[in-house]
Amino acid sequence: MANYSLKEMMNKPERLAPGHRMCAGCGATIGVRAVLRALHEGDQAVIGNATGCMEVSSFMYPYTAWEDSYIHNAFENAGATLSGVETAYRALKKRGKLPENVNYKFITFGGDGGTYDIGFQSLSGAMERGHDMVYVCYDNGAYMNTGIQRSSATPMYADTTTTPVGKQSNGKMQNRKDLASIIADHDVPYVAQTTFTNDFKDLHTKAEKAIYTEGACFLNIMTPCPRGWRYETSEIMKICKLAVETCYWPLYEVDHGKWTLSYEPKKKLPIEDFLKEQGRFKHLFKPGNEDLIAQFQAEVDRRWEDLQFKCSRS
Amino acid sequence: MRTDVHKINEQTPHQELTEGLMMFAGGTSKYFKTGEWRTNTPVFHADLCKQCLLCAPVCPDSSIPVKESKRLDFDYDHCKGCGICAKVCPFGAIEMKEGR
Amino acid sequence: MARKDRMSGNEAVSYAIRQINPDVMPAFPITPSTEIPQMVSTYIANGEMDTEFIPVESEHSSMSATIGAQAAGARSLTATSSAGLALMWEELLLAASNRMPLALALVNRTLSGPININCDHSDGMGARDTGWIQIYSENNQEAYDNFVQAYPIAEHADVHLPIMICQDGFITSHAVENIELLEDDVVKDFVGEYEPEEYLLNPGKPIAVGPYSVTNYAMEAKKNQEIALENAKEVILEVAKKFEKISGRSYGLFEEYKTEDADYIMLIIGSAAGTAKQTVDDLREQGKKVGVIKLRVFRPFPAKELAEALKNCKAVAIMDRCESYNGNGGPLGSEVTAGLFRNKVMIEAVNYIYGLAGRDFTVEDAYEIFADLEDMVVNGKEVEQYQYIRLRK
Repeated sequence: MANYSLKEMMNKPERLAPGHRMCAGCGATIGVRAVLRALHEGDQAVIGNATGCMEVSSFMYPYTAWEDSYIHNAFENAGATLSGVETAYRALKKRGKLPENVNYKFITFGGDGGTYDIGFQSLSGAMERGHDMVYVCYDNGAYMNTGIQRSSATPMYADTTTTPVGKQSNGKMQNRKDLASIIADHDVPYVAQTTFTNDFKDLHTKAEKAIYTEGACFLNIMTPCPRGWRYETSEIMKICKLAVETCYWPLYEVDHGKWTLSYEPKKKLPIEDFLKEQGRFKHLFKPGNEDLIAQFQAEVDRRWEDLQFKCSRS
Repeated sequence: MRTDVHKINEQTPHQELTEGLMMFAGGTSKYFKTGEWRTNTPVFHADLCKQCLLCAPVCPDSSIPVKESKRLDFDYDHCKGCGICAKVCPFGAIEMKEGR
Repeated sequence: MARKDRMSGNEAVSYAIRQINPDVMPAFPITPSTEIPQMVSTYIANGEMDTEFIPVESEHSSMSATIGAQAAGARSLTATSSAGLALMWEELLLAASNRMPLALALVNRTLSGPININCDHSDGMGARDTGWIQIYSENNQEAYDNFVQAYPIAEHADVHLPIMICQDGFITSHAVENIELLEDDVVKDFVGEYEPEEYLLNPGKPIAVGPYSVTNYAMEAKKNQEIALENAKEVILEVAKKFEKISGRSYGLFEEYKTEDADYIMLIIGSAAGTAKQTVDDLREQGKKVGVIKLRVFRPFPAKELAEALKNCKAVAIMDRCESYNGNGGPLGSEVTAGLFRNKVMIEAVNYIYGLAGRDFTVEDAYEIFADLEDMVVNGKEVEQYQYIRLRK
């Protein structure tokens, strides 16, 4: 883990096969590939998946993109389903029904709909019970599979199909829920928030820690959606960079209760830089809406300071 | 009971489908060619490539094969032409062309 | 050697679970099935079994985790009642469509609202079209015997479907009665080891469970599932035969009680069959040709077999401990009359709704029903074809 080398990592056999039906430029698949790369070679895995874009596109019968064993059950129960799989592993191991030398890891993927909202109870239960698994939220900030409806992960003022911008509406009225911090308050061994950086070191390191830390671990990965956020598919890495540099999406981890910032921008960029790249915030740049951007900035600042405080205390 | 994906298609009678539509196999999606979706196509200029591999992890379609720390040409059977790789290449070794 | 004891229905099922010692049991408490996870947890705490118990945070999660564990290659089960089963509904369908041979101990209780904790069959009947095998029990002995037979039925290669073993809440689950228990090793041998061919935790042999399916596959998959459920009928009978060898107790799709020459038959499910049998004994003493059919297997529904069993009687009282709000009768009434019609058995068939939310059903009620049937056939009395028993008017 100490000597991360992108080149070496990219030599690993691919665990997510091509041929899935995710959109061109999809962020979620980039995130999944990166998480699976953190599995050590030779280790087996069972992958869980909540209903969502990833599921309907990656296992469309008879085509599975998963090189590992995979289970999709329903929308709201990825946490509980993988709890069952992980418990079965312990039961079968205990009873000598699995070879001694076989090592299984359990990773489940859910979008923000399946994680923040409909699957929240199941996730909370699985985390609290402490199953030896990783729940990975690929957070693209809306229900993208059903056509860009707001979720509790959608940022304020985003134009979505259930918070459409109109004469009487500036988009979503509420701030996004801070799920990583809520899961950290479950006192699980490891929680991290990340997104894509050039060499993927941040995501890789956190995924590896999450997978190889015993107990229930949680990763929240911002995975932009070009269709829902309305930007050119090729621009994803720029969007991710701006999310981090504006402190909209801080990179941090909570390792056994210790909060640590993984990256601190030298000069925090104004939130406009992140917002203006995306069609879902276009209305904020109309004359007269300056106060909306100011409010957005104030919330980003408040959360950033809060996070800095948590990290300084640890 | 391992499944041969090539024996399952939309004309297969019900008796020959797998139980519960499970697949007793991994990675069968590679036999589905998403390259047909492409409207723009990345072209790899090997002479300009410095093998930094920044392009490899950003591909949503696992379509930049890497062997012994060196990237090979694109997997055009699956590349959907999103253009992320071309944007991240610091050396101009990937050029996007219109069409498939 | 079999052992005689006194137990409640919940104790009997928990005892069977201990003997089977499955790999994984996720569960969430709900009256009147709560005792089952409590008793299993106690067995585990005392080292009398070593199933991995998952205290999940809801019934939706208990069925989800049971499916996950079963798909992983572990013999799994859960227990529930009423609203718990209703919360699982989506997952019941998935357990069946994913072809998971897992088991569920259902302790029947009415569905809300109004919220009420007592017995009727609206929970099990509400799940009748979810693709599960459903076996109903009359008493603690049957609840035990049926549970011992559950896995050999569900795991049979021609079946691979989830199975629900039902008993009546409180009436059976909490009432202590005599019971004959099998020895641990006899049950262990009878149930055998779970050895799935394909499962998630099979190193180097990955599988994928729970696909998105386009229309061209989904209809075929549903037909395959339906065929498996039909296959279950034969398997249930085979397993019952084997069970008779170890227990001396015989089971079929339904039990026929004094029906051979009967003109009037009461068709009933669950604990109230005892009341019906008592009534038949009394009426037989008066020379009435009456009998009872107690339905054991509701899914797969033995329509043809029931039509055959009813074809020589003059009238049948179809007893539903469930309202189905279709304006035409209860679920059993609908299915039996459809079965009679399809098999061209044209007898009188009256559908009675009884015992909802724990309402008593007595021998006196059953006398009246048999008298009604006779009056209708002999004197041409007009009898309401779909009516409530013991409803205050």
